[in-house]
Amino acid sequence: MNMRAELRNPATIFALLVMALFATGPFLMPALDEPFYVIVFARIMVWGIAAISLNLIMGYGGMISFGHAVYLGIGGYTVGILAFHGVTDGWTQLAVAVFGSAFIAFVFGAISLRTRGVYFIMITLALAQMIFFLSVSAERYGSDDGLNILSRSDFGVGFFDLEDQMTMYYTIFAVLLLALLVSWRIVGSRFGNVIRAAKSNETRVQAVGVATYRYRLTAFVIAGVMCGIAGLLQANLERFVSPDMMSWPRSGELIFMVVLGGMSTIFGPVTGAFVYLMVSDFLAEWTIHWHIVFGPLLVLVVLFARGGIAGLLDRKPARE
Amino acid sequence: MDYVLLTEQFLNGFQLGIILFLMAAGLTLVFGIMDLVNLAHGSMFMIGAFVGGTIALLTDSFILGVILMIPAMLVIGMAVEMTTLRTLYPRDHLDQVLATFGLILFFNEAVRLIWGPEGLVVPLPAFLDGTVELGLGITYPVYRIVIIAIGLAVALGLYILVGKTRIGMLIRAGASNRTMAGALGVNIPKLFSIVFGIGAVLAGLAGLIITPITQAQIGMGEDVLILAFVVIVIGGIGSIRGAFIASIVTGVIDTMGRSFLDQLLLLFLPANAAESAGPALSSMLIYILMAAILFFRPQGLFPPKGAGA
Repeated sequence: MNMRAELRNPATIFALLVMALFATGPFLMPALDEPFYVIVFARIMVWGIAAISLNLIMGYGGMISFGHAVYLGIGGYTVGILAFHGVTDGWTQLAVAVFGSAFIAFVFGAISLRTRGVYFIMITLALAQMIFFLSVSAERYGSDDGLNILSRSDFGVGFFDLEDQMTMYYTIFAVLLLALLVSWRIVGSRFGNVIRAAKSNETRVQAVGVATYRYRLTAFVIAGVMCGIAGLLQANLERFVSPDMMSWPRSGELIFMVVLGGMSTIFGPVTGAFVYLMVSDFLAEWTIHWHIVFGPLLVLVVLFARGGIAGLLDRKPARE
Repeated sequence: MDYVLLTEQFLNGFQLGIILFLMAAGLTLVFGIMDLVNLAHGSMFMIGAFVGGTIALLTDSFILGVILMIPAMLVIGMAVEMTTLRTLYPRDHLDQVLATFGLILFFNEAVRLIWGPEGLVVPLPAFLDGTVELGLGITYPVYRIVIIAIGLAVALGLYILVGKTRIGMLIRAGASNRTMAGALGVNIPKLFSIVFGIGAVLAGLAGLIITPITQAQIGMGEDVLILAFVVIVIGGIGSIRGAFIASIVTGVIDTMGRSFLDQLLLLFLPANAAESAGPALSSMLIYILMAAILFFRPQGLFPPKGAGA
């Protein structure tokens, strides 16, 4: 699809509206007398970054990781544990988060990418569960109760202070833009083409002489690192980490956001995260038993709204 | 590390393995035959516990609870299959994961609405509440032995059902080639409903018999579900025999690891390191086992031959 057609696509217009809402949120929402939504938007954007990273491997690469939230946990616990030991330097935390999530993604990817289909789904789930239980058993770092983070990452730049809520918000926004840019560049590159080709016919790609395993593993690591950074932002935003942020329902929600927004579309994960979290917010405000409505709603979306929001807005199905 | 404790923990592990097997058997049947990933299988575990537990409390008879739970779960399982899951068979695994994830949210909340958030305490009947002398100074709770016996009986029953009966023959035919079995006149939709119903009964039975030990709670099936996933991945998806062996191995290793790993680590680690590494490592043990097995055998230990998965 060329750029002009992309811009006339209703799904893209919706995505741009959402992005405009994020960009103006801290000014617009207090003006509309809804200041609470500023923090909601910040949360949605963090989930959006995580969903973008999952879309890279799941949407474009066909690797259905049911344990992607584990990288949120790794990024988050990096901040939490380092801050607990008095290391609040942002660059150190960032480096540890990046290398930590790259390492875990490399190991988990190397194991799980040897398998296909439903085995892959279950193994990524089980491996993530392993780290989850590790965090639950870490009594020193709060076990189930989690860990409070007293001070946010300190990047040592005078005007750039994450303790300032506005700086925090626009840092997340900037990382979101960066994530979109990275995913757009990757998808259009030769590397991205190999990943997409391996999704539709791996044997054929191997037959023309491309070692798909390495490409898939690299994509898996990139996605893990991007999600680890989202975890670092989430820990800073909430000033709190707990095993719950990498529990398996979180991974399920991430998958849902990607599918809801429209798999294999650049903006899909962001609109998916937006709609998913806004709908759950509205339902939760309406009744504490909102899951009784939300669960069947998810089932209906899967059954009838194929291709997600992008598919609904665009008459051509987005799914391959 | 005396042999009494060792035997006790081994039996505890065996009993956990039995529970895992009851879950994994249904999961692996449904997957092997219908090619359906069903996360809501954990909900069947929970519903079995709540429905059976309620019947047991109302009738004041745990046995009656177990007996009446069976038709109830058969009906509930088949209803879920006919209303929702049936439309998911032609879909890809991703859609199946998501839709059944939605079902979990629904069932958890439905149980919360009906039974409240506290869960349900189901007391053990008096005649099962005691210990039995196993010889050599080992005493063991009667009820846990009953669980093991039930599990072994179910395993035998499944073996006969799948291997020796007409319906088992149809199930195997459906598993190896759905289209051909259908073309030869097997009512595939009906067969699927029945298989799903059997799976729901087994999961419900597992949930109910564990309830006097742990009590029935919302979301109780989810951890067991993930362990059952590990089991069927280790055992080879679609294989009941693989599921049985992998369940017992997983149950025993998990339980033994939790009770003895820190003592084992003491042999070559300083005391404080062993004390902190023990619980962490033992909670990761079965996942490491799974990763190791998959590294050498990506299809699991007993990949079924000719299954259409």
